[in-house]
Amino acid sequence: MSIKKAAAAALVAALGVTTLAACGTEDVRDAAGKSGAPVPKTVTLVSHDSFNASKEVLAEFTKQTGFTVKVLKSGDAGEAVNKEILTKGSPQGDVFFGVDNTLLSRALDNGIFVPYAAKGLDRVPAEYQLDKEERVTPIDSGDICVNYDKKYFADKKLAPPVTFDDLAKPAYKNLLVVENPERSSPGLGFLLGTAAKFGDDGWQGYWSKLKANGVKTVDSWELAYNQEFSGSAGGKQAKGDRPLVVSYASSPPVEVLYGEPQPKVAPTGVSTGTCFRQTEFAGLLNGAKNPEGGKALIDFLISKRFQEDMPLQMFVNPVAKDAALPELFTRHGVVVEKPETMAPEKIAEKRDPWIQQWSSLVLK
Amino acid sequence: MVVPVVFFALFFAWPVVSIVERGLRVDGAWQFGRFGETLSRPEILDVLWFTCWQALASTGLTLLIALPGAYVFARFDFRGKGLLRAVVTVPFVMPTVMVGTAFLALVGRGGLLDELWGLRLDGTVWAILIAHVFFNYAVVVRTVGGLWAQLDPRQEEAARVLGASRWRAWRTVTLPALAPSVAAAALMVFLFTASSFAVVQILGGSTYSTLETEIYRQTVVRFDLTTAAVLTMVQFFAVGAVLAVHARIVRRRETALKLVAPEQTARRPRGLGQWALFAGVLLSVALLIVLPLGVLVERSFATSHGYGLDYYRALQTPDPSGTFLVPLLDTIGNSLRYAVVATLIALVIGGLAAAALTRRAGRLVRGFDALLMLPLGVSAVTVGFGFLITLDEPPFDLRASWILVPLAQALVGVPFVVRTMLPVLRAVDERLREAAAVLGASPWRAWREVDLPLVRRALLIAAGFAFAVSLGEFGATVFIARPDSPTLTVAVARLLGRPGELNYGQAMALSTILMVVCAVSLLLLERLRTERTSGEF
Repeated sequence: MSIKKAAAAALVAALGVTTLAACGTEDVRDAAGKSGAPVPKTVTLVSHDSFNASKEVLAEFTKQTGFTVKVLKSGDAGEAVNKEILTKGSPQGDVFFGVDNTLLSRALDNGIFVPYAAKGLDRVPAEYQLDKEERVTPIDSGDICVNYDKKYFADKKLAPPVTFDDLAKPAYKNLLVVENPERSSPGLGFLLGTAAKFGDDGWQGYWSKLKANGVKTVDSWELAYNQEFSGSAGGKQAKGDRPLVVSYASSPPVEVLYGEPQPKVAPTGVSTGTCFRQTEFAGLLNGAKNPEGGKALIDFLISKRFQEDMPLQMFVNPVAKDAALPELFTRHGVVVEKPETMAPEKIAEKRDPWIQQWSSLVLK
Repeated sequence: MVVPVVFFALFFAWPVVSIVERGLRVDGAWQFGRFGETLSRPEILDVLWFTCWQALASTGLTLLIALPGAYVFARFDFRGKGLLRAVVTVPFVMPTVMVGTAFLALVGRGGLLDELWGLRLDGTVWAILIAHVFFNYAVVVRTVGGLWAQLDPRQEEAARVLGASRWRAWRTVTLPALAPSVAAAALMVFLFTASSFAVVQILGGSTYSTLETEIYRQTVVRFDLTTAAVLTMVQFFAVGAVLAVHARIVRRRETALKLVAPEQTARRPRGLGQWALFAGVLLSVALLIVLPLGVLVERSFATSHGYGLDYYRALQTPDPSGTFLVPLLDTIGNSLRYAVVATLIALVIGGLAAAALTRRAGRLVRGFDALLMLPLGVSAVTVGFGFLITLDEPPFDLRASWILVPLAQALVGVPFVVRTMLPVLRAVDERLREAAAVLGASPWRAWREVDLPLVRRALLIAAGFAFAVSLGEFGATVFIARPDSPTLTVAVARLLGRPGELNYGQAMALSTILMVVCAVSLLLLERLRTERTSGEF
């Protein structure tokens, strides 16, 4: 066999593999088409890396509707939304889940979703329904708040901070670590929280005080929580020396769940006056190959079954009124009475200039 | 030649060109004005400057530290050599997040340096440079050491018999023979460090950014595709220029060499000088590579009630929340499967390219040689986003197909295969092939009988690299890996993304397993080599 023949054979083989692989994903659809039933049996959910659902719950969906869910994780939240905008009209799947209020306007302005009023939407309080045209459906909410190391404050006989103003007090000098809002979503949430609290022209003054009070900035939640924070398992090993960190209101229950052995009380607490509310949405993608399946899936995402599964899967709160929180959350979690909020349109408008101002104020 | 060209065009050139076009052509009008505007911004110039000098410094430092290592691995015979060679390659597969953790434990607050001398390097450029040496040590040891071990030491001895000094003999005989592979190693280290992403983000704090982190920021955070496209073009031309210079330097140097079996050239260190060199190399490996990895291993055993196997045991049981639909141990199998497929693709594509490149020498072919290296220097975000908008039509709607992962991984593996094999293939004396042809062998047979025995070693070294690259790959894998079949690196990242002692401990334990899996796989490849080649010479 000559080199050329070998090359040609290898090329055919290589293309064969890729074509086969491509067909592999299509054959369900083809089979459905050939048997005369035009409805594809698979519905594809595109989401960010943090999406999780338990197997039984997804099986339940298949039992109810006949559709099988295929999940495609598409990077972190910002990356996933951008990818959907890029592939508008030829989306990777049928439903996108995971666009939050900080990115909602970017997604809506680019028209990646088509309107669909989900069945059961009346069980979701109006405060979560941020799009009047019903292009997106609220699925979950969570609060970004400062967490504290209980042991540190008990040892020092110091009351942990409660509000934004507390964080700037001398008693808490050099204790707080935050994430860079440009590179991390809890970091952005915390910045937006301060802007909501102190106003468009007031937050800069507040951050100057935080800086004077020794706030430390790192690039990611992982670094802040697992390296710098003294209250987490990773932080203890890494000799973290910051007892205050920007994290989530659900972090303490998760510390309990993954304690080894599980502690009776959470080792960390939440400063409830430092919270910013994040809501995540799902929407039917423009150009979806299986819109029927997509609609059924969105209905399912706000069903009681899915909503009650969510807290222990993604550590967020359900939005449906009839969904009960698991005991882990009711016992070790906190109720955030008045979180800061901000309209998606305002976030879209201010986000970039604010981050720029923040950088020159805090990093330089 | 056809296969590598098609592969490269389809899975690299087309996606990159499409995404750049998307950024630069807004509403049908080309935005070339954005070049001048973007490149005159001071912060962009800072980024360009930092990218260049840190890559040059990292490459220099890596060569300085790793070349003695390459010599020791090539010329000395000692117990545990195979194991040590596998160990120095382990950093290559480690998820960068873990490596950041390990380095912070050494050079950060309360780290070893801090406790001994009160010295902290986190947030400084030194932490970045040292981490780059850690990652790329194996590139030099494997590419240079691979050829060095096959050079006949008797040529140098002959020069010395004829009266040349030790230095002169080395400079006139060995150095010219090694130059192409040293240049190849330097080039790869440069491309890797110039496009370094996670190391810079974790160890550089918010202070430092490279072209790669800036492209990520513009694409993912700001969604400013135009600026991202401009920066991609800059990266493209810079990498192209580096490759062209490299090709110019190397071309004249490659000559036919007398290659021998590595077993013949290695012997036990003799004399004070050699032992000192040997000890120095071992020490640098211990400090730079074994120590950071050791920190992760230590943490995987450190539970809240002393050392124990708790985290490893937890890997076999389902997660309390049921998040990972399979026991975490299953991720090993998933990782290995992807890596094997990616290695095979890389070997086929890279092997064919290398064979074609040895046979033909036209300008076009040389250009293609350089092109194959481009994926190492071009932003992964650009390629990833490009995949999305190009591979979206049947039969190439691969966006949801598992094959996308090995394909993307092979793209990085191919340059290794080409670079490791090319110096060896070119060193094969053409007269041997001619002789085979005269005796009636077909080109295929001549290749099998003449080239293959000599390149088998290089082929296995290349396979090891391609395998390691895909085992540790994260970016493409996270995108495609199904929830029910995560790979090791994906599982580690997810564990680290959640609070809780068990998650952190399991991440450490999985990383330790990843190290062991990598080392064992590489040892098996080494064994394959010695078994097959024994008796060939």
